[in-house]
Amino acid sequence: MVIPFKEILNSGKFIVTSEIAPPKGTNLDNTIHHIDLLKDKVDALNATDNQSSVMRYPSLGLCLLIKEHGGEPILQMTCRDRNRMALESDLLFAYSRGIENVLCLTGDSMVVGDHKGAKQVFDLESVQLLRAIRLMESGEDLGGNELDGVVEFCAGAIVTPEAHPVEPQLLKFKKKVAAGAEFFQTQAVYDLDNFRKFMEYAIPLNTKVLAGIVLLTSARMARFMTANLPGIFVPDNLIDEIAGAEKGMALQTGIEIAGRMIKTIQEESICDGVHIMAIGREDRVPDILAAAGL
Amino acid sequence: MISVTEYKPQEEVLEFLEKCQSVYIIGCGSCTTITHTGGKAEVLKMKESLAETGKEITGWMVIPTACDELAKDALKEAGDEIQSADCLLIMTCAFGVQNIAMFTGKPVFPALNTIFIGKEQTTPGLFSEVCRQCGDCVLAWTGGICPVVSCSKGLLNGPCGGTDEGKCEVDSDKDCAWTMIYNRLKDQGRLDLFDKEQPPKHYQSGTRPGKITIQ
Repeated sequence: MVIPFKEILNSGKFIVTSEIAPPKGTNLDNTIHHIDLLKDKVDALNATDNQSSVMRYPSLGLCLLIKEHGGEPILQMTCRDRNRMALESDLLFAYSRGIENVLCLTGDSMVVGDHKGAKQVFDLESVQLLRAIRLMESGEDLGGNELDGVVEFCAGAIVTPEAHPVEPQLLKFKKKVAAGAEFFQTQAVYDLDNFRKFMEYAIPLNTKVLAGIVLLTSARMARFMTANLPGIFVPDNLIDEIAGAEKGMALQTGIEIAGRMIKTIQEESICDGVHIMAIGREDRVPDILAAAGL
Repeated sequence: MISVTEYKPQEEVLEFLEKCQSVYIIGCGSCTTITHTGGKAEVLKMKESLAETGKEITGWMVIPTACDELAKDALKEAGDEIQSADCLLIMTCAFGVQNIAMFTGKPVFPALNTIFIGKEQTTPGLFSEVCRQCGDCVLAWTGGICPVVSCSKGLLNGPCGGTDEGKCEVDSDKDCAWTMIYNRLKDQGRLDLFDKEQPPKHYQSGTRPGKITIQ
């Protein structure tokens, strides 16, 4: 029996979510394999939405697939590809099909992806999408019209604790809470001292925070992310640890680092849980959980 | 303010001109002269390069300001040379192209892409897009910096997670609008404005295309 994510959020238990990327095409075999592998090991599974602006099978479709296979989906919705009408109508559809959790994202810029010439929308952004959900729950759409049958969602958002400078991000984080975000899945965190400082800001806002754990698969990947991805900083000691691993053991070391971080976060109750992103290595999420003692 | 333009690829221009044996070239003495995309020197260079491809150039001119009413008189003066050409190749912004199309009735082809209306900044030669005429101005809340145009996503409630060290994720040469807004509001002691939740914008679809008669 699947426990609704909202219930888990309020249960006081250490929350674990992970994510599944839909395929680039209609071959769902690998995706279904990952759902079956993870659905009973985590509390909910995010379905990413054309992530990194790369066109893929839709997150709504993946959420239905997760449900059909007995998992609890979190629908990721970005504002890049749909205007407010399309977002609202997809929310109606999602709710009608039993999808109860939504992660509201602004979305990456079109130019970072594989459809660089496409028109990016951003008619709404994350704060406004959260507010739209709360409005629709009250029985009204963004045009001020009455709904025949309302929605009810557990709505979340994201935050980047290691952004430079972090102050504008923290103000936006506060705005997202005010607009109705019940939980946050963070961008990757590696420096737990920094993350503890972020949590000092977050705790008074009285929301649920799941620390983003991105699996490091090699020293090269760790260096690449630090150099190229905004808000991601892998400290030198972790890069050295992976670089120093025996030949063929880099991934295993990355799994151990992820497991160790999760364990520390749980033991020290730094935040409410973790969101594991094993980009391209979803098959190794159970190993990360095992390394964390979960 | 100037209309900022850039050259279309030469292959695209030659494709436009495929069925035209004779061409008249028109530049502009205002914006495209400043941007070096349609002043006298560029028009003459275009004349030379088209002649090399075997086109007959019936003439050329640089209209003082291609987008205004006086363009009509300038075009009339070159009547024969224009009328004898199969088409006109226009090295002005899209305002000028449309004006010339209306005044001459000839087939017109733009040699340039119009990319934005630029405001000259304090650095000489630097032009930035600062307004997109959205019709629902938010500058009161943002310290006089427009996030609709200066943020690559046009966000209204703060920065996205893609900003780094005050720069934009799509181009590290460009400043993050929301970092600039944050800094200015902070300097002015008005950060409470950042906290104000901005509702979805009214995109004024009903008023596009814009048209107004001023009495």
